[in-house]
Amino acid sequence: MTTVSGLSVTNPIPAVWAKGLVKQFGALRAVDGIDFSIRPGLCFGFLGPNGAGKTTTLKMLLGLVDFDEGELCLLGESLPESARAIRARVGLVPQADNLDPDFTVRENLFMYARFFGLSRADVAERVDALLVFSELTTKADAKVETLSGGMKRRLIIARSLINDPEIVVLDEPTTGLDPQVRHMIWARLSELRARGVTLILTTHYMEEAERLCDELVVMDHGRILDQGSPKALIQKHVESDVIELRGEVSDGLFTMLRSMSAHAERQGTAVYVYTHAPAPILDFLGEDTGLTIIHRRAGLEDVFLRLTGRGLRE
Amino acid sequence: MKRSIWALPRLRLAAFALLERNFLVWRKLIGPAIVLNFGEPLIYLLGLGLGLGQLVGTVSGLPYLTFLASGVVASSAMTTVSFEGMYSVFTRMVPQKTYDAIMASPLDIDDIVLGEVIWAAIKGLISAIAIMVVAAFLGAVSGGWMALWALPIVFLMGLTFAGPAIVMSAVAGSYDFFNYYFVLVVTPMFMLSGVFFPLDHFPPVLLLAVQFLPLIHAVDLIRPLIVGQPLTHVGLHLAVLSGYALLGYYLAVVFVRRRLWV
Repeated sequence: MTTVSGLSVTNPIPAVWAKGLVKQFGALRAVDGIDFSIRPGLCFGFLGPNGAGKTTTLKMLLGLVDFDEGELCLLGESLPESARAIRARVGLVPQADNLDPDFTVRENLFMYARFFGLSRADVAERVDALLVFSELTTKADAKVETLSGGMKRRLIIARSLINDPEIVVLDEPTTGLDPQVRHMIWARLSELRARGVTLILTTHYMEEAERLCDELVVMDHGRILDQGSPKALIQKHVESDVIELRGEVSDGLFTMLRSMSAHAERQGTAVYVYTHAPAPILDFLGEDTGLTIIHRRAGLEDVFLRLTGRGLRE
Repeated sequence: MKRSIWALPRLRLAAFALLERNFLVWRKLIGPAIVLNFGEPLIYLLGLGLGLGQLVGTVSGLPYLTFLASGVVASSAMTTVSFEGMYSVFTRMVPQKTYDAIMASPLDIDDIVLGEVIWAAIKGLISAIAIMVVAAFLGAVSGGWMALWALPIVFLMGLTFAGPAIVMSAVAGSYDFFNYYFVLVVTPMFMLSGVFFPLDHFPPVLLLAVQFLPLIHAVDLIRPLIVGQPLTHVGLHLAVLSGYALLGYYLAVVFVRRRLWV
């Protein structure tokens, strides 16, 4: 694995470099002074609850949202001045389906190329390759409205690659999709990353972030709470193991568990016990507690909840 | 560093990509489009021109059918352009999110609106051509080949009416909103611009007031060209149409930015 310093020597220009970004919507600071730097060729994730400022940040990268303060550079060019030039080198997978319903699958790809000033001849081979890549070859001449949700999403991803982008920005790429499609998309994104394309995505699927992201930031209320690799974040913020107890946990038992662990919390009828040494606690709990006991490794979801709290976001 | 919605738009050839998109979609639906373009004026001209024309006789020294046909070329272009600028543009801008998709490419709203304005004008032109063909068939084009000079004027007036219609799309919450523009702007203009009857009998104040309506200036150029009468005040008419066209395009860009920019 290449070290951070090694990469920074061979690739002096970050794919994205942001400093002090602020976006104000009326009284709300949707993005509140964030700094980050994304090295080329990595998959970088923005994690956060709804309203954390992830989508706003993503749209800033393409010059679709302007910022009130700060500096933002992509591929060595700065926004907002070079927005058009930057968009020519970046692909976007938006949250919403905005495919052209009047066109077939293939026509959607060809037409989108035209918006990048590419001729049909230029992209003929690429369109075929993208149809294979997104497993839509048999649907090439189908109208978009006849596609399933998963197919539409795959087509949107294919469309975002029509200009052979150096960076692909994906806003919740697998939200609302079934597991089969989700796994297929993860495989394709890994393929892109292996080809050296920088991937930047938002998600609130922790599994997605853990699988795909080399580095990520956790955002809430427009601020970056922390950043690093999924593994480093887990090591830094939570203990190695979680014991989850479901059922009626008495106050006495809860107090005992708290004293035995690094961190324990109640959430409804469940108790989460975080610890580096699960064995003594499991021994203590024994087998006849009448509770459902689940012992697992701590994951990104635990980091996420630790950092952003368990309160509901509407 | 912040973008201003009021910034002057830049005119770029990139707008032609949008034109291409709209043309390809139109080509797919060409059957119903042709029926509408040819069928409607045919019924209009036959019904009003021949039916009403029997009663009216001649108007401004022209057979009524000839008078009417030359006016309907202009008014129908206005209606077609207004429909395109409202229902079609709104569909692409709001429910279909076509502009959102395009804005992730190098194109800006300046380019999108320019493409839409030119496309709407082309659709106006198509409807005008259809009417002229029908009118010629009915013997209502007495200007001969000179009548073809009306087509560039139709294109210009298309540009004129596209901007305001796109502004309506940019402020509309739903399709129903367009009723206001049709009832308050399009229909009165239709009635007050000398399409169906000459304005000679208007009181002077009203006659002066209606000079602010762009359709009058379009009719005053298009009718003489189609019926073979001498043109008057060409510079004034062209200036009014061009002025409205430029202002309309600028405001359309401003309002679409206001709607789509975050």
